[in-house]
Amino acid sequence: MSTITMANALNQALRDSIAEDENVLVFGEDVGTLGGVFRITDGLTRDFGEDRCFDTPLAEAGIVGFALGMCLTGFRPVVEMQFDAFAYPAFEQIASHVAKMRNRTAGKVTLPMVIRVPYAGGIGGVEHHCDSSEGYYAHTPGLKVVTPSTPADAYSLLREAIADPDPVVFMEPKVLYWSKADLELPATTEPFGRAAVRRNGTDVTLVTYGPSVPTALKAAEAAQEEGWNVEVIDLRTIVPFDDETVVESVRRTGRCVVVSEAQGFGGVAGEVAARVTERCFHSLEAPVLRVSGLDIPYPAPKLEHTYLPGVERILDAIARLQWDDVPDLHHAGAGATA
Amino acid sequence: MSDEPTVRHHESVVTPAGEHDITDGGPDMVQFLDAEGNRLETNESNAPYAEIVEALTAEDGRAMYRDLVLVRRVDAEGHALQRQGELGLWPSLLGQEAAQVGAGRAMRPQDYAFPGYREHGVAWCKGVPPENLLGMFRGVNNGGWDSNENNFHLYTIVIGNQMLHATGYAMGIQRDGAVGTGDESRDAAVMAFTGDGGTAQGDYNEALVFAGVANAPVVFFVQNNQWAISEPNYKQFRIPPYLRARGFGFPGVRVDGNDVLASYAVSKAAMDAARAGQGPTLIEAFTYRMGAHTTSDDPTKYRIAAEVDIWREKDPIKRMRGFMEKNGHADQEFFDAVDAEADEIAARIRKACQEMPNPELPTMFDNIYVDEHPVVAAERDEFVAYHASFEGAGH
Repeated sequence: MSTITMANALNQALRDSIAEDENVLVFGEDVGTLGGVFRITDGLTRDFGEDRCFDTPLAEAGIVGFALGMCLTGFRPVVEMQFDAFAYPAFEQIASHVAKMRNRTAGKVTLPMVIRVPYAGGIGGVEHHCDSSEGYYAHTPGLKVVTPSTPADAYSLLREAIADPDPVVFMEPKVLYWSKADLELPATTEPFGRAAVRRNGTDVTLVTYGPSVPTALKAAEAAQEEGWNVEVIDLRTIVPFDDETVVESVRRTGRCVVVSEAQGFGGVAGEVAARVTERCFHSLEAPVLRVSGLDIPYPAPKLEHTYLPGVERILDAIARLQWDDVPDLHHAGAGATA
Repeated sequence: MSDEPTVRHHESVVTPAGEHDITDGGPDMVQFLDAEGNRLETNESNAPYAEIVEALTAEDGRAMYRDLVLVRRVDAEGHALQRQGELGLWPSLLGQEAAQVGAGRAMRPQDYAFPGYREHGVAWCKGVPPENLLGMFRGVNNGGWDSNENNFHLYTIVIGNQMLHATGYAMGIQRDGAVGTGDESRDAAVMAFTGDGGTAQGDYNEALVFAGVANAPVVFFVQNNQWAISEPNYKQFRIPPYLRARGFGFPGVRVDGNDVLASYAVSKAAMDAARAGQGPTLIEAFTYRMGAHTTSDDPTKYRIAAEVDIWREKDPIKRMRGFMEKNGHADQEFFDAVDAEADEIAARIRKACQEMPNPELPTMFDNIYVDEHPVVAAERDEFVAYHASFEGAGH
């Protein structure tokens, strides 16, 4: 056992994949000599050569479109988008080509590509460095969307993403890059499509993922002191979504809060709330609530602590789950202008 | 006042040809045949390619002519099928046959083509059955062929995106060692096709950056057909595509896109260089879109008939036929046989189009992911059961 950061785990996953499969290539902006702005690719060029890990021109659409062409010749590219919002130029390539190629070719062509996206906030980043962009990818059929919250998952899920025959958007929570765990690598955790129950509980289910998982666990501990026994589910893979684990939990607890850093409107949290409501309505003691980022552009760093779902806002949401059988009037009247 | 739009010339567009003129490619343009099919003298522009043209036999010429005629007939049939309601849309290649056949015939089987959506002539040369091109336009599929079967990628309608795929593919074969070995059956290169409008796209320019930096074995073949739907060249660029290539670090050549010999020779030279590891070339085929952008378009809204008339005189098939007749390379029997073959192909693809089955409903849930995806599978099962519930209910 040794102490491993998420950044270490990701680096090791890349190393092991490159060593095991000669078709795995890593490329992107500054990933070579520098080792990436977050050092996730640190030493790969030095240890495996420019043939396996190399710098590209600063052009994100170029990186992804180019990776698509390399897939057609049998390579398995792992590309890095330097930051969440820097990936938007590549969105056309991702949505129109990467996601659809298998379907358009009636299954003849598959694209075993991984697009790594450092995402979300909480690091005091200046503008365009803190977006939670998972919703755009999750909304696009043909992509898998993965986001680890622990070093063990970071390693295991990235290995699985690289081995996966389909394109995977691998969302790395920047704020957790330096989180640590005592761990022996290689580690194998649950496969894609399985959520993890991070904390068992009986009264309420918190469904969350990525950067919000540690916050949700802290909130659960705080809630225990108030007398609520909280279960915390880490989705791990947003696509494919694990209805089974979520539904089983909510049917048991009867209450659900979804926690996600992204803006709430039209986002993943809303999708989770809808799925839970459709499947668990008759078990629910209260409406499913969301604790999310606000429907505004990501705020300036001095205000981000108020924007991010924190322990207090999660506890407030739990408190509103009709424990005394009194209807929650939080949204009563709002939007009822008709 | 006339209702006819006027052709405007943008004075700030300065080319070596002098004034911007959409009917004249200027002195840099590589050309071997004039509009009547007379073989032009060797000049500064065509000299580097003269040897390739000299090596062509009468039989090669007949094969090119046959391609031109059959491809035009396939295209005409596609157009007719759309007008008769059998296809939802058809983008015509009328006028661009020589550009495409010249490029297509310069490719070897191991070379890979990345087309836009009008490259029916390249598809033909790569051996893609013309029937396969119809599926997407009939609405029975979103692609229609296995791109690896003939090394001809699916049509890409979002403009210019495929230039990057081509560059990535070229980098892939470069890494696989399929470039510069001297083995004719192994060395490969890539051709990427787009139009004058495509040159404005970011993806196009990024592809040229990547290709230049990597010295990738890719040839960018830009068919400058003068019109990007309704927008003429002067709204797309101030410097024509072939002159911009140098800025990306590789040569650019303007070729007469209505001269199949020139298109072939320039393409062959570029592909040979790419296969040999000498890096990319940009070819600008100066040609003209004789028809509408697609069957949904009405070009009388934005261009004048006189311009089309000038280009009709430059017709690629008339020109090649003139050359062959002047040199005794073919007789009437040959020309009649090609026409008869064109009729047969037209009848064949018409029948194939009309017989294309509509896809079964559950198939739209197929091939989204390699392994079954639980969310998609659940939706499929629910949706199929929902539709089955109407059976026999008179709906």
